[in-house]
Amino acid sequence: MRSRFFPLLIGLFGVVMVMRLFWLQILSDEYDNLSLRNSVIKQYDYPERGYIFDRNGKLLVSNQPMYDLMIIPKNVKPFDTVNLCAMLRISKEELNNRLTKAKRYSLRAPSVLLSQISKEDYGTLQEKMWKFPGMYIERKSVRAYQTDVGSNILGYISEVNFFDLETNPYYIRGELIGRQGIEKTYEKTLRGKKGVKYVQRDKFSRIIGPYKEGALDTLPIPAQDITLSINIDLQKYGTKLLDNKRGGILAIEPGTGEILMSVSTPTYAPSLLVGRDRSNHFKALEQDTLNRYLFDRSLQGQYPPGSPFKVLNALIALEEGVITPNATFTCYSGHYYARNQFMECKCNYGAVNNLNRGIYNSCNTYFSNVYRRIIDENNAQEGMNTWHKHLSSFGLGNYLGYDHPVGQSGYVPNANFYNLWYPNQRWQGTTTVSNSIGQGEILMTPIQLANVAATIANRGYFYTPHFVKSIQEEFIDPQYKTKRYTSISEEHFTPIVEGMADVVKRGTARIAQIPGIEVCGKTGTIENFTKINGVRTQLTDHSMFIAFAPKDNPKIAIAVIVENGYWGGRWAAPIASLIIEKYLKGEVKRKWLENRMIEGSLETEYAKVTSNKPFTINE
Amino acid sequence: MNKLALFDWFSLMLYACLVIIGLVNIYSAMYNADDNAIAISFIQKQFIAFGIGVLLIFIIQFIDTKFFERYASILYLLSIIGLLGLWLLGTEVSGARSWYAIGSFSLQPSEFAKVGVALAIAKHLGGFNTNIERVRDYLGAFIIMGVPSFLTLLQPDPGTALILLSFFFVLHAEGLPSFFMTILVTLFVLFMVTLLIGVKWVTPIIIIALILFVSLSSKRRRKKILFPVFVVGILINGFTYSVAYIFENVFEQRHRDRFNILLGKEVDTQGIGYNINQSQIAIGSGRFSGKGYLEGTQTKGGFVPEQQTDYIFTTIGEEWGFVGTIIVLALFTTLLVRVVRTAYKQKTVFARVFCLGFACTLFVHVAINLGMVVGLVPTIGIPLPLVSYGGSSLLAFSIFLGIYLRIAYQRTLLV
Repeated sequence: MRSRFFPLLIGLFGVVMVMRLFWLQILSDEYDNLSLRNSVIKQYDYPERGYIFDRNGKLLVSNQPMYDLMIIPKNVKPFDTVNLCAMLRISKEELNNRLTKAKRYSLRAPSVLLSQISKEDYGTLQEKMWKFPGMYIERKSVRAYQTDVGSNILGYISEVNFFDLETNPYYIRGELIGRQGIEKTYEKTLRGKKGVKYVQRDKFSRIIGPYKEGALDTLPIPAQDITLSINIDLQKYGTKLLDNKRGGILAIEPGTGEILMSVSTPTYAPSLLVGRDRSNHFKALEQDTLNRYLFDRSLQGQYPPGSPFKVLNALIALEEGVITPNATFTCYSGHYYARNQFMECKCNYGAVNNLNRGIYNSCNTYFSNVYRRIIDENNAQEGMNTWHKHLSSFGLGNYLGYDHPVGQSGYVPNANFYNLWYPNQRWQGTTTVSNSIGQGEILMTPIQLANVAATIANRGYFYTPHFVKSIQEEFIDPQYKTKRYTSISEEHFTPIVEGMADVVKRGTARIAQIPGIEVCGKTGTIENFTKINGVRTQLTDHSMFIAFAPKDNPKIAIAVIVENGYWGGRWAAPIASLIIEKYLKGEVKRKWLENRMIEGSLETEYAKVTSNKPFTINE
Repeated sequence: MNKLALFDWFSLMLYACLVIIGLVNIYSAMYNADDNAIAISFIQKQFIAFGIGVLLIFIIQFIDTKFFERYASILYLLSIIGLLGLWLLGTEVSGARSWYAIGSFSLQPSEFAKVGVALAIAKHLGGFNTNIERVRDYLGAFIIMGVPSFLTLLQPDPGTALILLSFFFVLHAEGLPSFFMTILVTLFVLFMVTLLIGVKWVTPIIIIALILFVSLSSKRRRKKILFPVFVVGILINGFTYSVAYIFENVFEQRHRDRFNILLGKEVDTQGIGYNINQSQIAIGSGRFSGKGYLEGTQTKGGFVPEQQTDYIFTTIGEEWGFVGTIIVLALFTTLLVRVVRTAYKQKTVFARVFCLGFACTLFVHVAINLGMVVGLVPTIGIPLPLVSYGGSSLLAFSIFLGIYLRIAYQRTLLV
């Protein structure tokens, strides 16, 4: 007899079972997650994406329904493929491809057969749906644009990609995310927060009721509407003026830092990136490396600032006390700044320029001397760094901190930069003298230039420029309401403003005069180079103009650049002036100038680069 | 002393607890908020079976133990006839001819055959001249359990057939030559090892082991054992080859899958592995205190198949958590320990062997069923006694318990 046999067996069984249950139910949480995954599904309730208005309450972006044709391959019965292809306007091969793809994904789960079907196609399709078992139409919401300009500001939305899913747990496959522009910066504001409903399903994926009586469910948080600081009429007008020209316009309201317009040409209609042909359009825009549609020249274009930079040098010189407004320098249609190094100037031979004349005549000799005084006052190292410090206080050489995802920092060199180029610190003011006229190593973007104009208009401070005026009636981030003072004292701005006013009155930008409005500005004619087949080639100068108006209590500060437009007064100054007139007076009287700008084209200029033939510039 | 106080009320209470836990959880497993008629009809049927079971237990208490000993052979024969009768009158349900349909009820004779075999083996071993170590007597015992087992296998119901053979454990406990247990364990180990690592590895390992065994023994012994070792070697290798052969050629794919999944050789959560995967998810997701009664998401979603019968433990695991599963486990082990202890207090061999038979049947059911739902034993369709839905099983175990209670009571009266 073996009387211990059964007790042992029972004991062993008990111990093994307790251990196994302890593992399954207490230690391992894998099964818990699996259970949630297979029996509880989340259903989302999406709030409608927020609208975007311009500063005067004009609707720019709203939403429209789009339709996806969904398919459950298992339920599909043989159908009239020719009919379906005709209605969807796709080829039979394409349809077969998509069917195979859907089947490969899942036989039972729905997948998208064709996405973003327009309202018109939906109409015809809807009536014939009964012919196609296993397919149904799902409604989706996409953007509807009430404007055909401003795509560079508005940006666009697109489906979340793998990276978004990895980095942001909010999103799940197939959702949309603000990808560029305001849509990106204000993604959270515009999208709101989706509500989640947890529902239980059975093994056939049928919904059998709420999970935990809906205790975990959340309600959607509605999206908020955004009012931009952009004036859409001005934006439209600016875009029109830059027709057939490459360039950028950026205008700021100096008293608030609100960006009134931000034009970059060539541009595209925002509605191109909605609908079935979105990806084709996007590819075309992205791959055009000459026109660079997706490159925002007003925010990302880095140019040597040219002559407008002279006013900054003047401000620094005044602040550092190395010149007075009355100090003069004589110009001999240029001057030798070093042995055999001559810098040309457009002044008459023997012109004696003080600060005011230096500015409105845009005298290179004058500013070359001013610059050398700043740099070589004590020693070049110290001088260069002081110069750099002052420029930094204008926000140059750095991102301004505005609410748009694209931008460039520009560049302002400091002593260390030149120490790398010239060993043993063997450099001084004359070595870097190009900086005096805004040509050397300095790079600025149109928004930085416009912001400099706004700073001068404000006599010494600026607000961080921004695109959004208010969100749902409330003003935004307090950082946009804080004055940022430059390191230049207020009194030094007076002679500069006078100089800029004289630029328009009697200087290089007389064409920018507007009856009844005192405009202050500064032209720029910017030498620029490119590489053609590996050879550094000079191209026609960029036409540049910065301005603000009126002189007292300014309402608008603006920077305009027209690539390869030759001198500043040719394109940039007239365009800026027309925009100022339109903004301040509501209508433009100088139709002849307006027509000249709108009809003027620089396409022949741009064609030179790709022509593979020798060409002349500045003609 | 009050006679009633001597009755084993505690075991009866354990029985009632388990059946009530079963009723509560069958209801949950069948529960459907929209249409609850099915759940209620299941509960009604199970409740009627419970009532009849209690009535049978009550009646049995008035029958002297001697009656069962005397008529054990008759009862055994009746259960064999019951099994044979299926050929004539049985109805086929999902491919197995295991049921008599009586109105809206159905009876499964193989469940009652378990009681019959327990009685017959008890009587056989309790016989005046029976000695389990003697070839004639243990062969007799083998035949007693072999015949009904074979008949159930033909239905086909391999699960119940296996249960009927499990009386082997009782024979072992009663002193069956240890040779059989050794063979059984060896074959089992060889079987599993062969399936795990494949026959081409097992054979050389065995040959090397045997050669080592021979060469390490003393010179004098070596001569003597050489031949037996040689024979054993051939037998073992023959066995492993036949295991591999049977596994690959005789087993159907579904049988192979069951083993492969258990051995971790295949990961499959959709096909054959679906049941076992879903039942582990249900139990595992219950965590410590469970999701609450009627709140189990796996249970509600019907993810576990056959949840009211063989997989009832998954409902308990999901909705009552670790607390619930441990309570059920404790109830079963307490009952088992009690029955085994009572068995060894018996004066007569018949009483002892019958009690052990009851304990053994109960144990094998519980061990295989729980082992299966937690993923330790391959999928074998065996219900959880007293808890699973199923009238025949509940009635059979009620009769088992009734006779056991009577035996225990009668012995205490004698003291």
